[in-house]
Amino acid sequence: MIADSSGNRIRNNILTLASLALLAAFLWLAPKYLDGYKVRIINLIAINAILGLSLNLIYGMAGMFSLGHAGFMAIGAYVSALLILTPEQKSMMWILDPIAPWLMDLHAPFYASLLMAGILAAFFGWLISLPILRLGGDYLGIATLGFSEILRILIANLTSITNGPIGLKGIPAHTSLWVSYGCLLLFLAAVIRLMKSNFGNVIRAVRDDEIAAKTMGVNTFRTKVLAFTIGCFGAGVGGALMGNIITTIDSKMFTITQTYNILMIVVIGGLGSITGSILGSVIITTMLEWLRFVENPITIGAFRMDGKPGMRMVIFSLLLVAVIIFRREGIMGMREFSWDWVLSRPAAVRNRLASGGTPKGGD
Amino acid sequence: MARLDNFSRTDEKDNVLTLSGITIHFGGLVAVDSVSMYVRRGAIAGLIGPNGAGKTTAFNVITGFYKPFSGYVEFTPPNASPMKITGLEPHKICKAGIARTFQNIRLFGNGTVLENVMTGAYVRQSGKWWMNILPIFPGAIREEREVREQAAALLERLGLARFINAHAASLPYGAQRRLEIARALATKPSFLLLDEPAAGMNPQESAELLNFIRTLRDEFDLSILLIEHDMKVVMGVCEHIWVLDDGRLIADGDSARIRSNPKVIEAYLGKEAAHA
Repeated sequence: MIADSSGNRIRNNILTLASLALLAAFLWLAPKYLDGYKVRIINLIAINAILGLSLNLIYGMAGMFSLGHAGFMAIGAYVSALLILTPEQKSMMWILDPIAPWLMDLHAPFYASLLMAGILAAFFGWLISLPILRLGGDYLGIATLGFSEILRILIANLTSITNGPIGLKGIPAHTSLWVSYGCLLLFLAAVIRLMKSNFGNVIRAVRDDEIAAKTMGVNTFRTKVLAFTIGCFGAGVGGALMGNIITTIDSKMFTITQTYNILMIVVIGGLGSITGSILGSVIITTMLEWLRFVENPITIGAFRMDGKPGMRMVIFSLLLVAVIIFRREGIMGMREFSWDWVLSRPAAVRNRLASGGTPKGGD
Repeated sequence: MARLDNFSRTDEKDNVLTLSGITIHFGGLVAVDSVSMYVRRGAIAGLIGPNGAGKTTAFNVITGFYKPFSGYVEFTPPNASPMKITGLEPHKICKAGIARTFQNIRLFGNGTVLENVMTGAYVRQSGKWWMNILPIFPGAIREEREVREQAAALLERLGLARFINAHAASLPYGAQRRLEIARALATKPSFLLLDEPAAGMNPQESAELLNFIRTLRDEFDLSILLIEHDMKVVMGVCEHIWVLDDGRLIADGDSARIRSNPKVIEAYLGKEAAHA
């Protein structure tokens, strides 16, 4: 009951390794057989999964309604890009204002820049969390949204550092499938281990009942600051990967729409479910691309409709409303994937069929 | 307010908890008015009084949720010198060794029964949170396993073993109350506050509760202060009873003294009953 029997654990480990091998084979074959557009979507799935996981840690696990994710992504994307760009590139890019001299020769390899992106986003997350995590619920959402917007406007105006509204161009496309899925697996493993430890129980306890958690000796403020900071680390790394795949970034990339997309991944996947964030990322990222056809001109018989840019977001908003009305807990609720659950499915289905074939919801 | 009976203060060293002149205002309302009381080490004490008398407010002062307007709370951990805990944050008070349950049960509803108890044990864990991200700290891994095993053992002792993987919110009412006590015990307290442990229980269940509370005290080496409306429970288990009415302490003593105290009868039943 408490620990899996060792036989099951070995079986589950073998299944996990086999799945990882399958994933590796897929990542190896995908660029050979799929066009660049599809590879980019597969890449974005991993990046969005990192972003979803990090927001889920803040909102789903620790229960802090944060709308500031785009801001922390922006920090990550800019930090990484400014570290990767060579002095030659930098000297050509700043045309409105001269670049800050200390920034000119600052240079780091890609992986170091990813780490720095995460660390700096986490640092700003920590800094901002100290005053605003004293707020709760909707107030916290508004404060984080405000912070994110302030940051965006700072980026657009601190021309000597960020090149202002022109943005940064010519970032090398470092984010290959191996890089994005490697980062996802590392972050995923860290989050799983963290949430399975007793500290994970503490984070969820703070979400479920803060007063009871305090009484049980939990320093709830510190716990929330920690969860928020770790989440911001993920947002920074995700933002950096995003910049390194699109190769050009500017402040308009990191508006509330970006936060909203990630929020949708988390809500549709299931608040508080790690598995849910991965599933949500696959579904939302794919649909965001697939639904582009609704923005094209449509002709059905004599009926003709002009393409309306932004139609996708209308459909997405409706989708989110539908999820909130009909399935508030999202796809996974707070449940997690496990091999035991998957392997018990065939027997469960057989039992269900044997007992008259009336499917019963949930178990 | 001076103590009402003639208890001598000579063995004050044996007090696990001392409240001295605690006063709390909410706006213009005086919820607790210069209350002084104590709990002897190893005793089961009761705090009773009509609704709105300030009993839970007193608990909230002891556990650090309210800062008293005046007065102080002193707590003496076992084999240690007394410490003033007035104004300390709740989690520090828990760390010092005071645990409590709530009048309206406050479990971590989305967690399992085991997770609820493990959360209680976190305050005694020495490993840092980041040590569990990489499996390279044998000490942290061992500690996590021990916390899990001890939590399971605690559930076994309190008769909750069969619920171990159930969701806390799905438990029957009585089991939820027990789980709240199990979670409080997981913080390894030396002093336990129970806020209406018999609320919502039938007569048979509250009779069992009497023995359960005594067993708790003996097995876990606790001092207990409980708030209760069920007089059978209070008179049956409490060795010393404090009576609050309208924020003031009106009586204290053993059950026989409280039962015959006219002020207590008046507070509960009205003036006519007291003079009948």
